[in-house]
Amino acid sequence: MPTEPNARPSGADAARSERFEAQVVPYLDAAYNLAFWLAHNPADAQDVVQEAMLRALRYFDSFHGGDVRVWLLAIVRNTFYTLRGRGLPDALHEELDDDIHPLVDDAPSPEAVTLLAVDVGALQAALERLPAPLREILVLRELEECSYKEIAGITGQKIGTVMSRLARARERLRNELTCRPKEVRRHDVR
Amino acid sequence: MMCDDAGLLMHAYLDDELDAAGSAAMARHLDACAACKARYETYAIMQKALSEPTLYRRAPDALRARWSTPAPAVAARPHAARRRSPWVFAAAAGFAAAMLLSTPAWLHWLPARGVGDAVVAQAISSHVRSLQGEHLMDVVSTDQHTVKPWFEGKLDFSPRVKDLAAEGFPLVGGRLDALEGHSVAALVYKRRLHVINLFQWPAEGTASAQAIAQEHGYTVIRWTGDGMRYVAISDVNEGDLKQFVLAFQNEANPAMTR
Repeated sequence: MPTEPNARPSGADAARSERFEAQVVPYLDAAYNLAFWLAHNPADAQDVVQEAMLRALRYFDSFHGGDVRVWLLAIVRNTFYTLRGRGLPDALHEELDDDIHPLVDDAPSPEAVTLLAVDVGALQAALERLPAPLREILVLRELEECSYKEIAGITGQKIGTVMSRLARARERLRNELTCRPKEVRRHDVR
Repeated sequence: MMCDDAGLLMHAYLDDELDAAGSAAMARHLDACAACKARYETYAIMQKALSEPTLYRRAPDALRARWSTPAPAVAARPHAARRRSPWVFAAAAGFAAAMLLSTPAWLHWLPARGVGDAVVAQAISSHVRSLQGEHLMDVVSTDQHTVKPWFEGKLDFSPRVKDLAAEGFPLVGGRLDALEGHSVAALVYKRRLHVINLFQWPAEGTASAQAIAQEHGYTVIRWTGDGMRYVAISDVNEGDLKQFVLAFQNEANPAMTR
């Protein structure tokens, strides 16, 4: 009795891609969400994720345990900044953070935030206006619900840096939401 | 604590990343300082608003298709074989195709493993199905005293229903489901945006230790206690799900705390 006429290209490769599909592909949504918020548009986000997944597949053998999601999101982030043709944003944006960001905030009325925060459109626009390092940390924390430790793993920062940057990001987002009258949309299109 | 310190630490407090001493100090400061309290509340509102599901972008189907083995590809294979093969092969290929087509998709994930893993696979299937369309809940309520009576007469046992909102796992509802040919109660809890399904049904035997399995990004924790079998499943991380199980066991029976 002849065995399978066209045997699958089985062996190590098939087992590997099966493992990849079982362990990494479930985090495709997380990868895309981060890529979308970094890249600002669906087409670029797809490119970033596609490239990141190829890299992940290539490096998969060197991944030994740990958190797959953290590992994949770090690859997505690196891929994004590489495709953008610039290095990681840390050095670039430090001064920008500190400049724009007043340490003491004269608190705008919380009601304004309440009103704006329920308006998802305004929230989305405000989030898009943030500089990439502040946006990415908010996306990782609030949308991906990563812990500080996971964020530190993804962005290669210390936990203290994660905490202070998150504080800045929130303060900046709040200012975007409250200090900017809705009619003024100068910076909406970046 | 000074307001300057509070400005930074209130974020860690909001994110539940402070240790017990830090949290207590922060809580005291917020009680004492109206300005910081107002800022904190603003951030809490913003955090809640950011958990709005429409802000989360899911991968488009085209992208997902590129990275998943589609079921039709399996079916297509035997056709190619049929063209090239004599009839004997074709019959064999047809049989193989029938086997492949009649096998539930999850069997490919879990080739030939123990009985326990079948439960895991079924739990994943049920969990995934529960998230499709409107299948998640038969009874929608955050009140355990509404959810529990709803099961009456629908099951031959009375499920344990606990409100774990204080631990960060609000109860959102329940439904009937089936696992291993039993009718089971499925309780639906949330961890922020994530859904946790907790299945339970009567079982003989004594309390057994937890078994934790990870498949396809889902974590499944099974245990037996008080004459019931429990299976908890979610896409939250393993630590969170363990915390959920612990919270549920604590409530159900303090003696079972591990």
